[in-house]
Amino acid sequence: MNKMKGRNNLVIPDFNQSPCIDKVGVEERVARFQTRSIKTEAKMQGLKMALNMIDLTTLEGKDTPGKVKQMCYKAQHLHDVHPGLPTVAAVCVYPSMVGVAAKAVSGSGVKVASVSTAFPSGQAPLAVKLADTKFAVAEGADEIDMVISRGKFLSGEYNFVFDEIAAIKEVCGEARLKVILETGELVTLDNVRRASDIAMYAGADFIKTSTGKISPAATMQVTYTMLEAIRDFKLKTGIKIGMKPAGGISNSKLALHNLVMVKETLGEEWLTNEWFRFGASSLANDVLMQIMKAETGVYQSADYFSKD
Amino acid sequence: MAKKQTKKEGVVTWDYSPAPESTGHINLKKQYDHYIDGKWVKPSSGKYFDTINPANKEKLAEVAYGNDKDIDKAVKAARKAYKNVWSKMAPSERAKYIYRIARLMQERAREFAVIETLDAGKVIRESRDVDVPLACNHFFYYAGWADKLEYAFPNRKVESLGVAGQITPWNFPLLMAAWKIAPALATGNTVVLKPAETTPLTALKLAEVIHDAGLPPGVVNIVTGYGDTGAALVNHDDVDKIAFTGSTGVGKIIQKAIAGTNKKATLELGGKSANIILDDAPLDQAVEGIVNGIFFNQGHVCCAGSRLFIQESVAETVIEKLKHRLNSLIIGDPMDKNTDIGAINSKAQLATIDKYIKIGLDEGATMYQPDCKIPKGGYFFPPTLFMDVAQSSTIVQEEIFGPVLTIQTFRTVDEVIQKANNSPYGLAAGIWTDKGSRIFNLTTKLNAGVIWANTYNKFDPTSPFGGYKESGFGREGGLHGLSAYVKLK
Repeated sequence: MNKMKGRNNLVIPDFNQSPCIDKVGVEERVARFQTRSIKTEAKMQGLKMALNMIDLTTLEGKDTPGKVKQMCYKAQHLHDVHPGLPTVAAVCVYPSMVGVAAKAVSGSGVKVASVSTAFPSGQAPLAVKLADTKFAVAEGADEIDMVISRGKFLSGEYNFVFDEIAAIKEVCGEARLKVILETGELVTLDNVRRASDIAMYAGADFIKTSTGKISPAATMQVTYTMLEAIRDFKLKTGIKIGMKPAGGISNSKLALHNLVMVKETLGEEWLTNEWFRFGASSLANDVLMQIMKAETGVYQSADYFSKD
Repeated sequence: MAKKQTKKEGVVTWDYSPAPESTGHINLKKQYDHYIDGKWVKPSSGKYFDTINPANKEKLAEVAYGNDKDIDKAVKAARKAYKNVWSKMAPSERAKYIYRIARLMQERAREFAVIETLDAGKVIRESRDVDVPLACNHFFYYAGWADKLEYAFPNRKVESLGVAGQITPWNFPLLMAAWKIAPALATGNTVVLKPAETTPLTALKLAEVIHDAGLPPGVVNIVTGYGDTGAALVNHDDVDKIAFTGSTGVGKIIQKAIAGTNKKATLELGGKSANIILDDAPLDQAVEGIVNGIFFNQGHVCCAGSRLFIQESVAETVIEKLKHRLNSLIIGDPMDKNTDIGAINSKAQLATIDKYIKIGLDEGATMYQPDCKIPKGGYFFPPTLFMDVAQSSTIVQEEIFGPVLTIQTFRTVDEVIQKANNSPYGLAAGIWTDKGSRIFNLTTKLNAGVIWANTYNKFDPTSPFGGYKESGFGREGGLHGLSAYVKLK
């Protein structure tokens, strides 16, 4: 097997030959992850890990600097009543808000991720997408969450999709590139697998399920299929790729099931926010609520947890 | 402030905390007698034997050791119940009793699951999610047939056989008892059941359920004991039918013993089933199917996919993925809800597995075992792969009945058909491919009673199960399962 360190010598495969995925088998495997019983210390560790993997997100037309600043404060002070909690991994905003966010989280270790490439539809010419990305990077984004051209993918123009990702990667510079497949629009797991392969070979540092604007988003079936793709890519090339399920993961139980799935599919090496993220807006508070429940033995009212 | 985990700080370890199923709710007696004629009856020899938990070797209970006198008592009770009550009862009334058994089992499902795990060493996830629900479903399914037999066999007159002598194995103790008792009762027969000596407890708990369901005395009798107890049942003159699930060796002895008698028989025996991975298969799901095929219930499955055949162009990939997957399996306390692989059923079975491992290594096969912690204090064996084996290897030919998989490669479909069929057994097979046409081609050419496509080890009461060749004859489950317990006129 050809184990290479860099990407320079990657042999690009024929994406028509991407492995086929049996949906029934995937559902069965996912059901097994869900039967794992995560209790006591494992649960507490898992919950804290999950908090530290969150990309706290606001992606709305009505986002304002004020809203973004408040979210950035929350990112660093999740629940100060409880000392010793980690911060989230990153805040995720539109390019126009990157400057505000970068200033607000500066020095905290929390990264700034920016969606780009005419998010969420991606229906813009490459020049616009490049400009969008360059702007976000120049404003101080540590991470770029791009969308693929689903229309081109579905019409079989895999080279177009590949080249577009490669071009965006080039303008990312130091920023890590997350490639959003928008799996809800790809429909089949075969497509999810193929799009994952294209993204990884084209230069993605992370692959990400969804924009959060389309349902279904990050189902466990889809995430599992992408994790398998990441594992195969690692086996083949020696290169590690990160994973970010986004959209629909709103409670602790689902987050823990996702972590179980990562551990058992890719290994514990991936259980850090360098390699795994949750794209979520409401997950953090549910995790906090569970942590407080574990500590105090009672559930607290949702009003005890800040909604920024 | 920010507590950042980075790769440089080293890889986090996240082990699942113990999650043991509680045993507080189960009710086990210290000593169990035979269940004959609706009563608990002491063994005529006065002898009892211990049944232990193979995960820690602790004694669970003492169980009556039955001899020919006990068997005779049980058969007489069954005959009396057959003549006076059960064969005369309206079929719809019989159905009510069987439904009642099913419902009572469901109510006590957790207790059944826990006792099954304690006695057999199988993981609680399987007894809870597979064994017990399937056993209940068998009773529900056959209860439905009881008053519809004329539709099962159109234009025929259906008669019951009489007294059925049933001998069940230790791999699925409760489920096999259900497979045997449910169709026998639905068709109007009465039963004498002899459960396996290492796992008698759930059958005895089933006797409690049957008692609570108010079944007329003698309709179901349970006599515990060893092989000689089973032999007494097989050789009893007044038994009309023998249903046996177990080894091919014992199956042959039974065949000889009943030759020249009027006893009907169904035998579910051993297997060495082929699991075939074609080059276009969904490989990750196939790997799951391989794992489920051979490591389900520690490989103590007659239809286990113990011979893996991989098409050469994908062999390297599949083996690499399979090894990777083995390393995420958790071997440990069967009572822990997260355990994937539990305890080997008995010391004797562990010795058998050890024997075959030695043979495999002596034959020059390449062995792979994952780097896993094996629990101490009980009978455990790690999941094991053997590469570089041939049709002529002993470990490819003989049934090991443990978590041991042999891996062969093939080039063409014709070659794999020939190799898969080149076995004295013919119980099951698995096919993994993305092409429907290849599935149809293989299913018509493989000599196996059960063939799974893109899945493995799936069971359902509506589906018949049974083998070709030395894997036995007769079918259990489904419509076919009824015909094993009826005379058609």
